[in-house]
Amino acid sequence: MCGIVGLLLKKPQLRSQLGELMVPMLIGMTERGPDSAGLAVFTDPLAETERKISVYSGLTDEGAQYDWAKLVGALNEALHLSAKLTVKGGNHAVITFTGAAAPVQAFVKAHSPKLHLLSAGRSIELYKDIGTPAEVAARYRFGQLTGSHLVGHTRMATESAVTPDRAHPFTAGEDFCLVHNGSLSNPNGIRRMLEPRGIHFETDNDTEAACRFLEWRLREGDTLENALQKGFEALDGFFTFLMGTPTELALIRDPFACKPAVVAETDDYVAIASEFRSLAHLPDVKHAKVFEPAPEEMYVWKV
Amino acid sequence: MEGLTFDLAKTGLRELNQYLHGSAESLAGKEVLVTNPDGAHNIAVGCNAPVKVTIDGHAGYYAGGMNQLAEITIHGSASTGVAENMMSGKVHVKGFASNGAGASAHGGLLVIDGDAGLRCGISLKGADIVVGGSVGSFSGFMAQAGRMVVCGNAGDALGDSLYEAVIYVKGTIASLGADARLEEMTDADLTGLGELLQQAGLDHDPASFKRVASARSLYHWNADANQEY
Repeated sequence: MCGIVGLLLKKPQLRSQLGELMVPMLIGMTERGPDSAGLAVFTDPLAETERKISVYSGLTDEGAQYDWAKLVGALNEALHLSAKLTVKGGNHAVITFTGAAAPVQAFVKAHSPKLHLLSAGRSIELYKDIGTPAEVAARYRFGQLTGSHLVGHTRMATESAVTPDRAHPFTAGEDFCLVHNGSLSNPNGIRRMLEPRGIHFETDNDTEAACRFLEWRLREGDTLENALQKGFEALDGFFTFLMGTPTELALIRDPFACKPAVVAETDDYVAIASEFRSLAHLPDVKHAKVFEPAPEEMYVWKV
Repeated sequence: MEGLTFDLAKTGLRELNQYLHGSAESLAGKEVLVTNPDGAHNIAVGCNAPVKVTIDGHAGYYAGGMNQLAEITIHGSASTGVAENMMSGKVHVKGFASNGAGASAHGGLLVIDGDAGLRCGISLKGADIVVGGSVGSFSGFMAQAGRMVVCGNAGDALGDSLYEAVIYVKGTIASLGADARLEEMTDADLTGLGELLQQAGLDHDPASFKRVASARSLYHWNADANQEY
């Protein structure tokens, strides 16, 4: 199964409530995805010269006791940076710095190979872990998150193991993430096409193939709409995909609409979920425009 | 008429459904209002009495499934499989319905005021379905008996591998499925369709509909066709 949720707040004054509004959406999808949960939140972008990376320590020997300060101290000394550290508790930290992300990511992996790099960019912060949606939301204090929009997921694994790195959202490149309800039948073909182009995969998960394919198209210069069109042609299987960029939420469903999605839109927000029960608590949802996205259509909502 | 309200924000769904599964004698003529359905699954599944159920909001999967005798009205949308395997009675969705609406329903009437998703009336076995809006692809797939009325447009592969069910479409048909064909409307079609539209409370001219039925060319093995149908 799996559940997907997305929320985009149209009014800047509501952005302080993003996490608070989202937590019941995520928990509402527990029956569809009880084994892992995660979300990517998009905040106001950093300056053009700055980047932030989200890093997960749950696979290291120290786990939640991982010494983040030591890592950042070593990073600053080695790369002559003045990176800032925000520890979010429970295996998670955001490191913010001036300069390109790649050397920092390479340093982190060399320093502690078991650290998992979750995301990189000017806007995206990413959290994901195993556990029920309520447990994961409490562990990372999702209720306190602020920002313009987010993409969330609750997982019931079918195609690869239940591990934190195989939970959703998946990211590729910078400031792009994707969550998936469904299963792809040709992820290995996509991998075989992308790997000779220098694109590195971190897991055997089918969703990662879709995420890296679409990000590759974006990096090649496609608009999001053109990338999604190529996705329809290249990706075979069942999917409802929800994607996030710093300025957009986007949704597509496979031609057979095998996996559900429902949208509620008001003057204040656009909320997307696998089922209405994750939207029922939202303010004034009784007067929202509620509709089901059609198969093979592209839905792109701008911030 | 006696009225009873179940507020699903306070009462469990099981309590509602167990009440609705009471004896037909005790429930006959009762009216039940369900508030705050909030997309819960399985609302009013397995009714077996002439009771009126009003659902005030959006219903989740399988609402009104296996219905017998009850008259169920959903003032909102219905998710996957509304009125699936209905035997008799009526289910009326005031909003839109998701995939598989009325799947394999044997009897009764399903009315959807808005659009229905994909596979509406799949494997229909005798019920009548009236959709005020459009239906998605693969609707009426392998439908065996009953009637489906589409006042809007139909998606791809309409009526694929149809048996004896008949589909009436007012708008456009993206494509017909294997063995489905357009046929002339007969007087009996016009009369029956007029009655169905009236029951559904929809004001359309029966003569503006097209009839889709089975060409019956898949019914028998044809050795001469070299396995090509």
